[in-house]
Amino acid sequence: MIQLVDISKDFISDKVRVTAVKDVNLTINNGEVFGVIGYSGAGKSTLVRCINLLERPTKGKVLIDGIDLVQLKEKELRKYRQKIGMIFQQFNLLGSRTVFDNVAFPLKYRGISKEEIKERVLSLLELVGISDKVDAYPSQLSGGQKQRVAIARALATEPSILLCDEATSALDPQTTKSILKLLKEVNQKLGITIVIITHEMHVIKEICDRVAVMEGGNVVELNDAISIFSNPQAQITKDFINSTSNLSKMDELIEEKSSVVELEPGQRIWRLDFLGTEATKEPIIAEISSKYNINPSIIFANVDVISDTVLGSLIVLVTISEQAEEQVIEYLKEKQIKVEVIKYA
Amino acid sequence: MHSLMTQYTPNLLDYWPEFIKSIGETLQMLFLSGIYSFVIGLFLGTVMVVTRKGNILENVYIYRIIDSLVNLFRSIPFVILITALIPVTKLVVGTFIGVKGAIFPLIIGCTPFFIRQVDMALSDIDPGLIEAAQSMGLSPLGIIFRVYLKESIPGLARSTTITTVSLLGLTAMGGAVGGGGLGSFVIRYGHNRYYQDITYVSVIVILIFVTIIQFIGNIIIKKTSH
Ligand SMILES: Nc1ncnc2c1ncn2[C@@H]1O[C@H](COP(=O)(O)OP(=O)(O)OP(=O)(O)O)[C@@H](O)[C@H]1O
Ligand SMILES: [Mg+2]
Repeated sequence: MIQLVDISKDFISDKVRVTAVKDVNLTINNGEVFGVIGYSGAGKSTLVRCINLLERPTKGKVLIDGIDLVQLKEKELRKYRQKIGMIFQQFNLLGSRTVFDNVAFPLKYRGISKEEIKERVLSLLELVGISDKVDAYPSQLSGGQKQRVAIARALATEPSILLCDEATSALDPQTTKSILKLLKEVNQKLGITIVIITHEMHVIKEICDRVAVMEGGNVVELNDAISIFSNPQAQITKDFINSTSNLSKMDELIEEKSSVVELEPGQRIWRLDFLGTEATKEPIIAEISSKYNINPSIIFANVDVISDTVLGSLIVLVTISEQAEEQVIEYLKEKQIKVEVIKYA
Repeated sequence: MHSLMTQYTPNLLDYWPEFIKSIGETLQMLFLSGIYSFVIGLFLGTVMVVTRKGNILENVYIYRIIDSLVNLFRSIPFVILITALIPVTKLVVGTFIGVKGAIFPLIIGCTPFFIRQVDMALSDIDPGLIEAAQSMGLSPLGIIFRVYLKESIPGLARSTTITTVSLLGLTAMGGAVGGGGLGSFVIRYGHNRYYQDITYVSVIVILIFVTIIQFIGNIIIKKTSH
């Protein structure tokens, strides 16, 4: 378990003090995939680098399984660092060494026999799916392959935590997906706690169990991934979600006064948000249609799957009286469907 | 061969044994001072890089001391340095003339140049690699040997090549002030007595040396770059 207690980090550059992280309290549980999202400069990297003390916090405690790393002597700290793997946006592979030697790198000079190193390296390369590149040099690999080597290298010392600082930001969408899948596999097969920093909501969507949203050095929102997506609280979280959702197109259309959203008197545009667990079991649209005698027509729909939960959104056009509208919204609320009236005439 | 030399390089033929001896002296100065400069320069250059602000063994004082010494010695022209060093040379090696007397000032003249070269080569290492090594729990010494030095072998080979060529130049200058070697040979005969054939042949010998040094350097760079 990782516990960050009252962590702050100040930098002083050119006599100006910059507080990169402010009084952050976070607990990351064993075996979870924890995401940290925020815009550039929010303090994500600084926060995560405090976990393995690449950055020493100005104040606060960094507890790993109850032990405060800040209090440790350099030598002991180095031992703990072997239990915390890290991968980076720029891969940081050693260019003068082959794939094999890169993965073997953290194992050398540790009293581990050559045979054991070889065995471990080869099985790691198999795990990350690049057994065929054992003797290649990093310069001969694609970005995705490099990150796979970096993951194998980070796992070589059998860590219980893996820190990923924008590990997919230099990769194309397809490769990003495959790397995220690999990380998920690592998390499930080896039970490793993963902390992922990103500025892309789809990375969170893809694999995170819980998410911290950072802004200006603070954690402004902390929740499980589904709640973050289905019920965002902070404005910045909403912005992040809108930026990935197709539904934001709707707002653009309304803003542009497009003919698609031109309404006649008595017409409304609703946005319905639902979680798959309950709502998908019942024919709700058909129900409200017969019960209140309305005929919602779907303009737009979006479905996401987050941590195996369906998160759906519908944008519908209905003709309805104000009075009936209240009732329908009430009814939908009972069914755990969030309704937002985006436009009415 | 003999008749060719009588025709084109008559003076060189007269001083042939001395010519061969001079080449030997030049090589001797180059190797001895080269090895010392390499070891000392590599050590101090590395210390300089790792003690620089923000690096793994940050230490402003050590950094500033080395940096200032390097700047100081680099700014003194070698002929002046060699003269100014005479008392120290005498104290250290017992004499300030001949090959023996030349080696000490050569080391002092060459090392600062090499320190700068090492500094540049090691500073080229991506800070991300250092960070990755730190995150794996490597000690500072481990990082120095396994990342800084190992990863910059091609850069260091380049630095060594450049430094060796410039050291070759210094040995010739050392010769001018009583050091022996090809430099003093050319001054004695090519310059003072105006035996042009001696000058030109010596130039060719130096060119061959430079070519060999660069050839070896390039092979190492090629073999170690991936
Ligand atoms: N070594 C440093 N010296 C001075 N200021 C720093 C240093 N590292 C980070 N900062 C400052 O701290 C703040 C947070 O930086 P950080 O790198 O943690 O942000 P980030 O959220 O990771 O951003 P990005 O998405 O761009 O990587 C920024 O204002 C940055 O300028
Ligand atoms: Mg960052």
